[in-house]
Amino acid sequence: MNEFLLAEAHHESGPTSAARRPLIKATGVSKIYRMGDQTVKALDNISFEVPERQFVAIMGPSGSGKSTMMNLIGALDVPSTGVLELDGRDVAMLSTDELADLRNRTIGFVFQQFNLLARTTALRQVMLPLLYATPKPTNPEAMARRRLEQVGLADRLDHHPRQLSGGQQQRVAIARALVNNPKLLLADEPTGALDSRTSEEIMALFCELNEAGITVVVVTHEPDVAAYARRRVLFRDGHIVDDVAQPGYRGEKPS
Amino acid sequence: MTIVDSLRIAGTALRANLLRSILTTLGIIIGVGSVIVMVAVGSGARSEVDRQIASLGSNMLVVFPGSSRTLGRSGGAGTTLPISEGDMGAVRDKVPGVVAISGFLQGSSPAVRGNTNWITSVNGVHEQYLTVRDWKLIAGREFTRDDVKSGARLALLGVTVVQKLFPNEPNIDPTGQVIRIKNVPFTVAGVLESKGQNSFGRDQDDVIMLPITAARGRIIGKSQVMNDQVGQIFVKFEDDTSLAEAQEQIESVLRQRRRVQPGAEDDFNVRNLAEFMRARTSALSTMSWLLGATSAISLLVGGIGIMNIMLVSVTERTREIGLRMAVGGRRRDILLQFLVEAVALCLLGGVIGIALGVATASIVAISAQWPILISPQAIMMALAAAAFTGIFFGFFPARRAAHLNPIDALRSE
Repeated sequence: MNEFLLAEAHHESGPTSAARRPLIKATGVSKIYRMGDQTVKALDNISFEVPERQFVAIMGPSGSGKSTMMNLIGALDVPSTGVLELDGRDVAMLSTDELADLRNRTIGFVFQQFNLLARTTALRQVMLPLLYATPKPTNPEAMARRRLEQVGLADRLDHHPRQLSGGQQQRVAIARALVNNPKLLLADEPTGALDSRTSEEIMALFCELNEAGITVVVVTHEPDVAAYARRRVLFRDGHIVDDVAQPGYRGEKPS
Repeated sequence: MTIVDSLRIAGTALRANLLRSILTTLGIIIGVGSVIVMVAVGSGARSEVDRQIASLGSNMLVVFPGSSRTLGRSGGAGTTLPISEGDMGAVRDKVPGVVAISGFLQGSSPAVRGNTNWITSVNGVHEQYLTVRDWKLIAGREFTRDDVKSGARLALLGVTVVQKLFPNEPNIDPTGQVIRIKNVPFTVAGVLESKGQNSFGRDQDDVIMLPITAARGRIIGKSQVMNDQVGQIFVKFEDDTSLAEAQEQIESVLRQRRRVQPGAEDDFNVRNLAEFMRARTSALSTMSWLLGATSAISLLVGGIGIMNIMLVSVTERTREIGLRMAVGGRRRDILLQFLVEAVALCLLGGVIGIALGVATASIVAISAQWPILISPQAIMMALAAAAFTGIFFGFFPARRAAHLNPIDALRSE
């Protein structure tokens, strides 16, 4: 599988090389929610960058602002103040349609609860983002089929979510996230609903995908999951309190 | 996203809740069904009325003898001075635009041929009667002026009478045969084309026409006061004649001739039978309007049902909407998806409603012997009404779906 993934890679230097363009660039980003009379500062003057091809884990306890950060990185929300650039574009300058387009082309979401559609085959699940792609791909079914093969579900194309295990469902979701060739794979607690063995498989898949050239951001509160990443960013009370490089599990721990 | 994609999604969503979808569309089904029944029965009746009006004869007025009134109580037609040949001649000569004119003396008598007899309506007419009524012959010839002048013993038979008097001889041309009416022999001169039932359900083919001069006295009871009565007068006018003006002119000619005192009531009536029949159908159109109102209310209630269920659907599928937005669905994609779903729901109801409506109308047609007319336009109109209901009542829920916040939508349970 690894060979196949490598074939997908951008023809550049390896993931550790320097001087890469930041895919995510936050400059003095704050997010303020108003709840009645109170204002809550979910993010307070955050600045950080994620270059392309990095594997980052965003950690923090609940209420730390990591979910808010994820919504911003996912182009689901825009900052109250400061500048957030995704793939070189200031999200505050984009219309709702342009944000939708950005999510469609640049970002692949993976959720804790998989968020698959009921009564829909794996193939159709994966084709979903292509439904909203412009221009419309000529052969969306072939693209979806290829991604399902890539995540090891070539023999499950016609299965409905109910007929799949949790790990398989998450693989369908990952195939869906990948189908439109995004630059960023954004995962929100991707192993939260899985047992530890399946979690390891899923995280190993993320490592493979990252090695093949895609930027991966995993939001989690589990240290085991964060340990797979090459970089760990810790949020607390709306601030980044720690930002460290780490070796990552890939290569050390067999998957 | 294309319409085809939207339709596919809508199909999946509707199949997922099949029973709910069908129950939801009941209002639409009833609304569209009653539109179909209304139009089918209404236009069927209208075409039937048109046919009957055409069978009366076009552009025609009828003059009836008046009714006497005693202390405001009507004594019925014919209780006053009958209408005479002289009255008829005056109308023919003095009222402009007359194309054809004929008396019509009504009676009833048994007709006998061999040992077969049949009681039928026997009427005395002038030579132009068939022209006035736009009535044709399928065999033989009409009465001539001389026939009427000389009181020739000739008869024109309706097809029912032919069947009754010649029971074992189908397809017979009875022209030249002799029948007896009140012991007077009459030679059959021709057979009248079938006109079917009139608006009162009477068989218009169960009739014998005689020259009025031959009928008067011998066949139809002689008037005590007048020996040249003509019964009623049927007058046909040129196509561009105003019947209302013609009616006034007939009234003024006859008042003068019959010496009706100024201020006194006419001792005759001039009627436009086509108008009379159209008026009778106004009750029918009232029914049509009632049914139309029913279907409008049904569509309204059905539309509210659709809106309700679409709101439920949006709430149920909030997470799905969030997901679609997360993977790149734009607001208008979401709007279109739910709008297409609402319209598909309504069209489903529309199709079922049309099927039920056509079935109901057909049952009405068979069981009540009522003519129906199912036009493609009515079906298109019903479908359009259903689709419009879907768009109108689906818009608000679809808009609500499209304006969900993707973050909240993804997080909803």
